[in-house]
Amino acid sequence: MTAMTERTYLRTVPADPLPPPEQRAGRIGWLRENLFSSPGNIALTLICILFIAWALPPLLRFFVFDAVWSGSDRQACLSSPQLPEPGACWAFVRVWFSYFVYGFYPIAQHWRVDVFFLALACGIGWLAWLSAPRRGIGAVYFFIVLPVLSYVFLRGAPTLGLAEVPTALWGGILVTIVVATVGIVVSLPLGILLALARRSDIPVVRLFAVTFIEFVRGVPLITVLFMASVMLPLFVPERLSPDKLVRALIGVALFASAYMAEVVRGGLAAVPRGQYEAAQALGLPHWRMMALIVLPQALRVTLPNIVNTFIGLFKDTTLVFIVGIFDFLRTIEAARADPHWATPVTSATGYAFAALFYFICCYGMSRYARRVETRLARAHRR
Amino acid sequence: MGPAMENRPDASQADTSAEPAVEIVGLHKWYGDFHVLRDINLTVARGERIVICGPSGGGKSTLLRCINRLENWQRGRVVVDGIELTDDPKHIVAVRRDVGMVFQHFNLFPHLTVLENCTLAPIWVRHMPKKDAEALAMRYLTRVKIPEQAQKYPARLSGGQQQRVAIARALCMSPNIMLFDEPTSALDPEMVKEVLDTMVELANDGITMLVVSHEMGFAREVADRVIFMADGQIVEVNEPKTFFAQPRHERTKLFLQQVLR
Repeated sequence: MTAMTERTYLRTVPADPLPPPEQRAGRIGWLRENLFSSPGNIALTLICILFIAWALPPLLRFFVFDAVWSGSDRQACLSSPQLPEPGACWAFVRVWFSYFVYGFYPIAQHWRVDVFFLALACGIGWLAWLSAPRRGIGAVYFFIVLPVLSYVFLRGAPTLGLAEVPTALWGGILVTIVVATVGIVVSLPLGILLALARRSDIPVVRLFAVTFIEFVRGVPLITVLFMASVMLPLFVPERLSPDKLVRALIGVALFASAYMAEVVRGGLAAVPRGQYEAAQALGLPHWRMMALIVLPQALRVTLPNIVNTFIGLFKDTTLVFIVGIFDFLRTIEAARADPHWATPVTSATGYAFAALFYFICCYGMSRYARRVETRLARAHRR
Repeated sequence: MGPAMENRPDASQADTSAEPAVEIVGLHKWYGDFHVLRDINLTVARGERIVICGPSGGGKSTLLRCINRLENWQRGRVVVDGIELTDDPKHIVAVRRDVGMVFQHFNLFPHLTVLENCTLAPIWVRHMPKKDAEALAMRYLTRVKIPEQAQKYPARLSGGQQQRVAIARALCMSPNIMLFDEPTSALDPEMVKEVLDTMVELANDGITMLVVSHEMGFAREVADRVIFMADGQIVEVNEPKTFFAQPRHERTKLFLQQVLR
């Protein structure tokens, strides 16, 4: 009874801040909280552990412990008394590695491809490192200088002393990277322009943008590629017709632009009306307003979707094989048919290698996007 | 205001002493079938401070937004600083450079710092060197008493601080006319005063002000004229003393009873 009377509704003494209740400490606490908090949770945890225990050891055995790392032909990867059940035949990948990277690019000229990779890596690094100096120049380098110079450099210019290498000889990772980079580099600006055109006040511009976007989105990429490689020569005189790779590049770039336009449009719709009004009230002309106020916010909002589109595009580049271009996956297809390496595990190894390559590239992009997102989110709360 | 006016998109060259700051003649506006503004006639002299009040949906904000052409209209004329607002984008931009606006929801640019918010228009519209623009911005930020927040992003500021940044941002364009569209209605009560104080100071500097607001204390203190709008019409215009003491129209009386309680 006395305790009841002492409890009053009005405080007479100020309430001092108290430290928060102690967390359940350490790793055991974390495990309890996250993995074993309820019967359902415990069951799920056990199922997952069982699944991993079932799936992981054979995979490790095949790809690592029983894998063959060196050798000069199929003998190394066939079953032998020492290795009755050989795993992945990495020796095959090692031997064919240069083909996977360069395709039929002449061996004496491989250094040119290496220089291209290096220049590309520099450009990506410059843009990807958010606090790098002079990122404006970096953008000009990446979006304008690099593509033009790379084409001249890889294609060759006899006047500059660089032997000509027809694009029919390009292949492997080189082609995959070229197609993906061109797709990304073209689709972002073109997609932004298309998205703006779709919201334009001028009906003709809007009609053009809508027609283009809806047509391209309504057609499979393979069809676009076929059209680019088969139909284009019907309309353009033979000597003006660009070569096979360039035609495919145009197809991929236009295809990606249509998708990018829709992604950017989503971002534009997320910018509140008040932002336009504030910019207009300050007297900013239309294009300035778009460039300084609307697009930076729209692109920020939609960054995850943009990267998602990039990842999709990167994987879609494998479809260029359909018009006879030797991209990375196609070189693996070609190599695995090599009778010198005909073993039961060759194909699996080749495809695993391809999967690893695509996974590293796409996962890298997605991780990078996550980092930029968190960084931008933090910056705005500074 | 003959056709001669139309050849003067730059207000700084106009003879600014004689003509009114804003002249609105026979203005009509429809949203679809809804007649929002009905035959508005209003002349605002230079340096005049006007408070527009009235029930919501009465067309106050719409009228204000016609003055810098954020809203289009179907009939009537609006002449600001001697420039007639037509479809000509040159005229529109010229008017907007001369007219500052402060919004209910501040509308600061969230991806730019406070300082960048203020320097944006001077740099890109007035083509001022960055250094000068920053000095100018700091001067106005000091005037609204938040120079120490210059490097922060707007999201880190309180509502009252954000609105003061918005005022500084508008002032950086050295406008002749300031429009305030319910500048305090989105603020928490304890922040209303700091924004009103800033506005009173501004009013004392003699800038032409049109304020849509329900802050009757502010109207009483600084307004030269109070306008009461309802149903898209200007129902009553008077100097504040008479306006509050002897409202003539029933609607005005009713409205004042509700807000002054």
